[in-house]
Amino acid sequence: MSCGYPKREVENVRLLDRLSSRKAALGTLYLTATHVIFVENGSETRKETWVLHSQISSIEKQATTASGCPLLIRCKNFQVIQLVIPQERDCHDVYISLIRLARPVKYEELYCFSFNPKLDKEEREQGWKLVDLNEEYNRMGIPNNYWQISDVNRDYGVCDSYPTEVYVPKSATAHIIVGSSKFRSRRRFPALSYYCKDNNASICRSSQPLSGFSARCLEDEQMLQAIRKANPGSDFLYVVDTRPKLNAMANRAAGKGYENEDNYSNIKFQFIGIENIHVMRNSLQKMLEVCELKSPSMSDFLWGLENSGWLKHIKAIMDAGIFIAKVLIEKDWVSFGHKFNHRYGNLDGDPKEISPVIDQFIECVWQLTEQFPCAFEFNERFLIHIQHHVYSCQFGNFLCNSQKERRELKIQERTYSLWAYLWKNRADYLNPLYRSENSQTQGTLCPQTAPCNFLYKFWSGMYNRFEKGLHPRQSVTDYLMAVKEETQQLEEELEVLRERLVNLQKSQLNYNKVKKTKQQDRSKQLGLSTSNNSLANTPQEYSNDLKSFPSRSPSQGDEEDSALILTQDNLKSSDLDLSANSDQESGVEDLSCRSPSGGGCLPSEDSGKDSDEAVFLTV
Amino acid sequence: MEFSELIKTATVENVLLSCAGLPAVKGTLCITSHHLLLSSCPGGDAQPGTLELWLLIRNVDAVEKSVQNFSWYQPPRTNGSPRDTRLAGSSGTITLRCKDLKVLQLEIPGMEECLNIASSIEALSSVDSVMMMYPFFYRPENLKLEEGWHLFPLQQYFQQISSQTSQWRLSDVNQDFTTCPTYPPAVIVPAAVDDDTLRKVARYRQGGRFPVLSYYHPKNGTALLRSSQPLTGPNRKRCQEDELLLGTVLRQGERGFVIDTRSAQAAKQARMTGGGTEPKSSYPQWRRLHRPLERGRPLQESFTKLVEACNDTSISMDRWLSRLESCRWLSHVKAALSTACLAAQCLDREEASALVHGAEGTDTTLLVTALAQLILEPSCRTLTGFQGLLEREWIQAGHPFHLRCARSACSHARLKQEAPLFLLFLDCVWQLSRQFPFSLEFSERLLLTLFDNAYASAYGTFLCNNEKERCLCKVKENTHSLWAWLNQPGEKKKYLNPLYSPNTLVIWPSVEPQSIQLWQGLFFRWIRSSQYLDEAWAEIQQLVDPNESPVKESRGNRLSRTPSSPAAPMENKN
Repeated sequence: MSCGYPKREVENVRLLDRLSSRKAALGTLYLTATHVIFVENGSETRKETWVLHSQISSIEKQATTASGCPLLIRCKNFQVIQLVIPQERDCHDVYISLIRLARPVKYEELYCFSFNPKLDKEEREQGWKLVDLNEEYNRMGIPNNYWQISDVNRDYGVCDSYPTEVYVPKSATAHIIVGSSKFRSRRRFPALSYYCKDNNASICRSSQPLSGFSARCLEDEQMLQAIRKANPGSDFLYVVDTRPKLNAMANRAAGKGYENEDNYSNIKFQFIGIENIHVMRNSLQKMLEVCELKSPSMSDFLWGLENSGWLKHIKAIMDAGIFIAKVLIEKDWVSFGHKFNHRYGNLDGDPKEISPVIDQFIECVWQLTEQFPCAFEFNERFLIHIQHHVYSCQFGNFLCNSQKERRELKIQERTYSLWAYLWKNRADYLNPLYRSENSQTQGTLCPQTAPCNFLYKFWSGMYNRFEKGLHPRQSVTDYLMAVKEETQQLEEELEVLRERLVNLQKSQLNYNKVKKTKQQDRSKQLGLSTSNNSLANTPQEYSNDLKSFPSRSPSQGDEEDSALILTQDNLKSSDLDLSANSDQESGVEDLSCRSPSGGGCLPSEDSGKDSDEAVFLTV
Repeated sequence: MEFSELIKTATVENVLLSCAGLPAVKGTLCITSHHLLLSSCPGGDAQPGTLELWLLIRNVDAVEKSVQNFSWYQPPRTNGSPRDTRLAGSSGTITLRCKDLKVLQLEIPGMEECLNIASSIEALSSVDSVMMMYPFFYRPENLKLEEGWHLFPLQQYFQQISSQTSQWRLSDVNQDFTTCPTYPPAVIVPAAVDDDTLRKVARYRQGGRFPVLSYYHPKNGTALLRSSQPLTGPNRKRCQEDELLLGTVLRQGERGFVIDTRSAQAAKQARMTGGGTEPKSSYPQWRRLHRPLERGRPLQESFTKLVEACNDTSISMDRWLSRLESCRWLSHVKAALSTACLAAQCLDREEASALVHGAEGTDTTLLVTALAQLILEPSCRTLTGFQGLLEREWIQAGHPFHLRCARSACSHARLKQEAPLFLLFLDCVWQLSRQFPFSLEFSERLLLTLFDNAYASAYGTFLCNNEKERCLCKVKENTHSLWAWLNQPGEKKKYLNPLYSPNTLVIWPSVEPQSIQLWQGLFFRWIRSSQYLDEAWAEIQQLVDPNESPVKESRGNRLSRTPSSPAAPMENKN
């Protein structure tokens, strides 16, 4: 941090607000080794906007105007920051510095290597142990008679993007596995992902076979056979190809492709048209552009949303999930532990390659929580914060592309685990409606499918998360959590009183009375928190006509309200980094990961790892 | 009674009733003057004599007979076997599309019976005479006829205002409905304007709807007024008294806004037919803003299209959003909310009085003034306050419910003056409740009940087009008030929002497209099960008030809304 940042501090910078042009804030911009910080002038509350360099997705320098040089920063967490810097030269310096800072060359430059939440070594280790893959498999009842851990991938000898320990059918010998891996893209042979101990059904995953037009591989055929036999109750195996059929066929020309039903005994083949990551990235980008429109009409918005195809893709993924889940999946995977691991096991760290996939997974989970409000232990904030930290690089979890790389970098010794962090603040992420004994929590969720397109909603909580003006102004979740806590306290108190009552044996003391007054107290106390929430509201610009009309007291009202907004937010958020970012009045237009999009929609040879994954199901 | 003439077949055995997402039930169908009943057959799996359906015939929007059955019934050709004819002619299917958007199917054995039942329902459901409608016959045991009719006298509302300002007075210039046939007998007007002047102003405003006070904003003393368009006509006629009346609303040097709910173009065109808008030259203190809001046929068509789209099971995800867009309904919601916010902003932020009108001043005008009050005024957001608002700004203000709600979305009848303005209002209120989940004392269920009752009801509250007609039909003497029923302690709590916590502030909603959602609770009420959402609500209720027995209560709540019980008759209560 000694050199390389020619301009670290710029004064008289304006931060614009998309929803209201009146609300531009004047302040000072700071560039540090890890953050861009904007501090508002003269504000008693010292309003600050913090943005991690690793969150920056694109920086755009726009044409200089009379008021200065506009700089647009788009973040991966869908925040958009619009700054106006008075001097063109300063703007250019900031621009150049940010470009450098936003694209670190080495992993070591990432924030997680310097981030220190002041935990000792033991706590750090504890954090990494919170989610243990093997324990997860144990929970599923594995190893058992049919499945075992194989060390065939020790030293990453077979597949460098798989972990060292993989679960495979007992009958699959090392010879079969190695043979099969040679017949698979990037040597990702079929391995167990999920096992349902109730009916022995399993989900395996792999990459596409290198079948071309006619190639066969005996070991691969044996491998699938072994998987099928690992479920004694089943006569056949579903092979689910997540690509559109056209893409899979196109890949055959490149020597890849899909399993030929004639060569594999007892398989049923199913294509599910999930597009590849390039299509998805374009789709996301289009949707974000819609979000960024300046005062769009309802039609603009709906058309844009449809043309982006985003919700269509979400539905396709959900349908795939539903198809697979029909056969199995008990609902355990939605509770805390398993989800972590799901992520851990499946995802890569390179944001460019993976971005829409993790976003889509998170959104799919959100769509499920909307349909099943009582079924998930966590709330919307949990999902949003995970999405944030996938890109923040503040924790080591999402770095690198494989276990191999993570080990080489000694991630676990050098960085902290997000799960420990989230676990520590778990109270913020709990869904007050969650009941482990609730009917929605029992067994498989059956999301409604066919005609229920309307169930898939635009998630403004995520994609417009920095435009607080768009969201419900009062949080039901927070209110209910507060009520829950209060009730619990009161019940404890009540218990104490009741005991005393028994001790005193005073029959004339009416216990109901106590209870009643207590409840009144409770609503009084709660009144505070809710009214804080409700205050947080300012009108938007409903009319352009009014602007020209002398407005009598706009600023006064606004200030009063915005101060309240800030307090409210500070009260609520226990997440340091996020609270710094969630400056409500910080303007912010919208969000767009405007990454230079490579690759068109055509199914190309390298059509992304996510979509050449196949899923195997034994029924 | 002529009802009996309309009923060609009163009972049919072995009728199969089905409703989306429900097991079909077989039973005896019975038609009475106002109801369609189905009780399940004794001896079957179901309990003998269980009432499965209790449908107000007024609720039927469209009757569709299955054509196939009838074509089979044609006389057999030379080679047709007689057995076919008997089989085919032996049953028919009637699809009932209800005004509350539910769809029922009746499979009726016997060709003739089927035709008779269908035409009986058609005839009974299109009886247009107000005095023949069910509210005039409905006599629940636990309610008194006079109850609920005088809960919200304007005098009481005026008292609150007069305690803060002497600028306004209560006028009974319309006592006998001669000055304005669509206004109530009492109205609030500027204190400085006498009744004679009001009569003259009335002649200058369409339908006699002279500017009256709709809402007084106690925070800064500004006022929200409403009226109909001025009758300027092609010759730009002026009216001194009208200018005077509006002039007295503003102090020297103060400005006011006229919010015209038509486009500038449409307002100009209205001059050709005798209407128009306030010209700047005659009203120098008033600034005109045009906010075109759809009403009439385009709005009705939007509603119809949306209901069609929601019921279309073949539509795929990649077409759904453009289909939704082409319905335009959400655009209407956005426009209505934005205009109401604009009116509220004039009063609260610009500290200026505002006059709202379109053409007649009975539709979009009321939509805007009522919504603006909900946004500005905390007391309108309670259960009682909301009833008062509806009474004052919709029912007594002369929204023609009888004409606008004669038919709902599915009717094949030729449209006359139907338009779902009241539904649009309810939808906007729902949007507010979603954005401010703690600020309204009532729940979604109240909005649904109001929608149902506006279109078909056992109560007289939404009958007729205005107070004058209600007087002529003696509605208040001969029918029960919906409010009386809603406000019974047992009923009332079903309509409360468990999360309510009074919010004394203005609630400014977001009108960005991202914030406007389709009201699934209404448009998908009968299409998909709301089980999981109901469970969530029960859970919320349980959390907030563990002493209540919310689970049971809220299940009762929802059962009447979910297709699991198309019966759940409110008349069946006693």
